[in-house]
Amino acid sequence: MEKGDSIPELRVTPDKYLPHRYAGASGDFNPIHIDREFATQVGLPRNILHGLYTMAQVARANAALADGDPRALKRLSVQFRGIGLPESEITVTGTVREVRDGRAVIDTVAEQDGNQIIRNAEAEVEVRQ
Amino acid sequence: MSHPALGKAYPPFEYEVCREKIREYSHAIGAANPVHFEREAAKSAGFRDVVAPPMFAVVYSAGSVAPGVLDPELGINLALMLHGSQEFVWGEPVCSGDTITTETTFKDHREQDGRTFFVFESVSTNQDGQETVRGTWTDIVRGG
Repeated sequence: MEKGDSIPELRVTPDKYLPHRYAGASGDFNPIHIDREFATQVGLPRNILHGLYTMAQVARANAALADGDPRALKRLSVQFRGIGLPESEITVTGTVREVRDGRAVIDTVAEQDGNQIIRNAEAEVEVRQ
Repeated sequence: MSHPALGKAYPPFEYEVCREKIREYSHAIGAANPVHFEREAAKSAGFRDVVAPPMFAVVYSAGSVAPGVLDPELGINLALMLHGSQEFVWGEPVCSGDTITTETTFKDHREQDGRTFFVFESVSTNQDGQETVRGTWTDIVRGG
């Protein structure tokens, strides 16, 4: 692995009930995620994905570099922008910025329908040389 | 002018990690590695027990950050609040049977382009005193 390499692209389409499962798993029951009526009343197109669910997809895409080893991901920082929706494909892509001391720094983006829903994500992953 | 509550620390929050919660969370995010589901797979990969995916950090640490976000002394207007950015720095992996204690501090406060940034730092340690994750949570309030 070296500077400029791409990480394997991750594509995932969260189904209609994903925000409910993620709410139960994470404990975040904010109604904007699980109640379509409430969400539209506060100006959203429908109930929206949890940002931290999308961040978990970014984490997964980077951990894939180490075959999903949960020890490999050392740091991840993201900016949440735009909103993620269920029933639409999310694509996570990343490019290696540098490799140093057995760690790769990877610039990562999560896109959905042409919108960057996570941008400026930076991951540090332990890699085998 | 700095916020009068800057530096305020919130009481430690304890979370007992169990295998079923790790499985439920891993299923929800689509983590497929058997080390998140099967004890034998986890042990043969060198873990004490079923191991959590890194982002499971939100499950055991969010309960520590919430009292800060909801603190009337900080005065965050929740209706105008967005989760702007997030960082985690991971240390020791978290396994079923661990007890994780998280402490949160109100770390930074700044105004920029008509928006107010509230930054919290959470530090989580396991029962042996090893740091498992350090989180930086940035909430943005539109219109101050």
